Amino acid sequence: MKRFIGFIKKEFYHIFRDRRSLFILFGMPIAQIMLFGFAITNEINNVDISILDKSKDATTKEIINKISSSEYFSIKQNIANESEIEASFKKGKVKAVLVFEKDFSKKLTKENRATVQIITDATDPNTANTISNFVSSILQKYQQEINRDLQIAYQVVPETRMAYNQELKSVFMFVPGVMTIILMLVSAMMTSISITREKELGTMEILLVSPLRPFEVIIGKVFPYIFLSIINAVIIVLLSVFIFKMPVQGSFFLLGFESVLFIVNALSLGILISTISETQQTAMMISLMGLMLPVILLSGFIFPITSMPLALQVLSNIIPAKWFIIILKGIMLKGVGIMLLWKETIILIAMTVFFIILSIKKYKIRLE
Amino acid sequence: MKNKTIIHVENLTKMFGDFTAVNAISFEVKKGEIFGFLGANGAGKTTAMKMLIGISTPTSGTAQVADFDVYTNPDGIKKNIGYMSQKFALYDDLTVKENITFYGGIYGLSPRQIKEKRCQLVDELGLEDVVNELVISLPLGWKQKLAFSVALLHNPKIIFLDEPTGGVDPITRRQFWEMIYKTAHNGTTVFVTTHYMDEAEYCDRVSIMVDGKIEALDTPQKLKQQFEVDSMNDVFLKLARG
Repeated sequence: MKRFIGFIKKEFYHIFRDRRSLFILFGMPIAQIMLFGFAITNEINNVDISILDKSKDATTKEIINKISSSEYFSIKQNIANESEIEASFKKGKVKAVLVFEKDFSKKLTKENRATVQIITDATDPNTANTISNFVSSILQKYQQEINRDLQIAYQVVPETRMAYNQELKSVFMFVPGVMTIILMLVSAMMTSISITREKELGTMEILLVSPLRPFEVIIGKVFPYIFLSIINAVIIVLLSVFIFKMPVQGSFFLLGFESVLFIVNALSLGILISTISETQQTAMMISLMGLMLPVILLSGFIFPITSMPLALQVLSNIIPAKWFIIILKGIMLKGVGIMLLWKETIILIAMTVFFIILSIKKYKIRLE
Repeated sequence: MKNKTIIHVENLTKMFGDFTAVNAISFEVKKGEIFGFLGANGAGKTTAMKMLIGISTPTSGTAQVADFDVYTNPDGIKKNIGYMSQKFALYDDLTVKENITFYGGIYGLSPRQIKEKRCQLVDELGLEDVVNELVISLPLGWKQKLAFSVALLHNPKIIFLDEPTGGVDPITRRQFWEMIYKTAHNGTTVFVTTHYMDEAEYCDRVSIMVDGKIEALDTPQKLKQQFEVDSMNDVFLKLARG
């Protein structure tokens, strides 16, 4: 035991004396959460729009008022004719132009029909889509208001509710993803680098010749990272709860348990990587290409798995991160317990056991 | 005392698939001896050494190192030997003191023993001024001496040196060999591999491996007589060229 403590102390010296690894360990999680929380967002907020109002009557004014009073849009410019639309977009600030047709009010009352044209800047398709949806819904609301007194039989009014994330906050979607990425990065990449570093330096050989058993060496290398990853997970949860008001509906205990499970899973992957790479560079490349990319692309973090081609959907099943994200979203947003997450949990446990057995085998072969 | 056998190897063989890396080698090393283990790259030196230090299991044959069997008690061997490789294997981002504490610790020395050893070692090597400096700032020669002393911290019965003088200047090499002599004089057996034939002359006895077999084994003096040449270098060339 005393030998073990000495080993761990040495490991912490390595970590705390290397600014780069310290930055990856603690700077990255905070930076990423902030980035995803504040900067990278699907939400629209105070989007600049222009208005081309050809009728300028009571109805159009009322609609324009409603639009400008919403927090989503701010009216940048009133333009006088169609030729200015293009110019308005080209300046780059304006993301949408609303065109009200002539005699809007009159047409609405007499022909029961008037058109608003929504022209959006689709160089960014996602934003364009969201803007047009939001404008439509404002128009629809207005329509319902003016029709309230009229008796229209058989009207279907869809009423949508965005369950578990009513305000469609994208940070709720990003937090589980970022947490997964960070834990993967810290646990798998950092451990594989730190183990291969000993190989490169030749100290691994010395450790293996010493009375320390191979598994003691590995546990000693891995233990500090378990500890640091747990701290990281706590930092991420605290940041998201207190800064981004992310709810944690389910049990904190379960959240902790599943996080530790995922950390151990990632660590075993890290050990596996270190058994197949001889240099720190290789370990880093394998971690980045082999782990980070699939985690970002195939885990459902950014791209929904259900809209992937079938082959990729099947492939996504072998990515541990996919299951962890499902678990995280379940616990944090839906508040479900182990009764509904046991399948994902068992998959993660099975993967972890598999990676550990595989690395023990690889390690033994190497020793021969 | 001097005649006690500390390494006893008989028909030791290591195969990797169909390839025989070490082919039935047999030799003995006496206590307090400086035993040179020579051979060209790929001759099987490193593989043989790995079996003797307990990190590789032989395919066949027998070997006892410091009275422990390589098959049944590699842990016993590990506790009683020291090992130093060409890379010196100190941690660059740890101080001299931390390196000593760490290596002492993994060999199970108590904090008091470590402190004693450290003071003694620092005194002998004249490291007083740099004991709290990171190892990375030390000159290569100092690192080499420190690595050697660290490998001796736990008073091993045998020290295995794997090309310990690679990449250092002749003066440092000379000083290093003085340390080796002193160690052997104190009763620790030294098992050393090297590429430098002048170093082979310093050994009590030398074995030369060619293609997995030991082709020659005797004192440098007798080997030179046997092959009718003037230097170990020529002995080696004669053997290696077949």
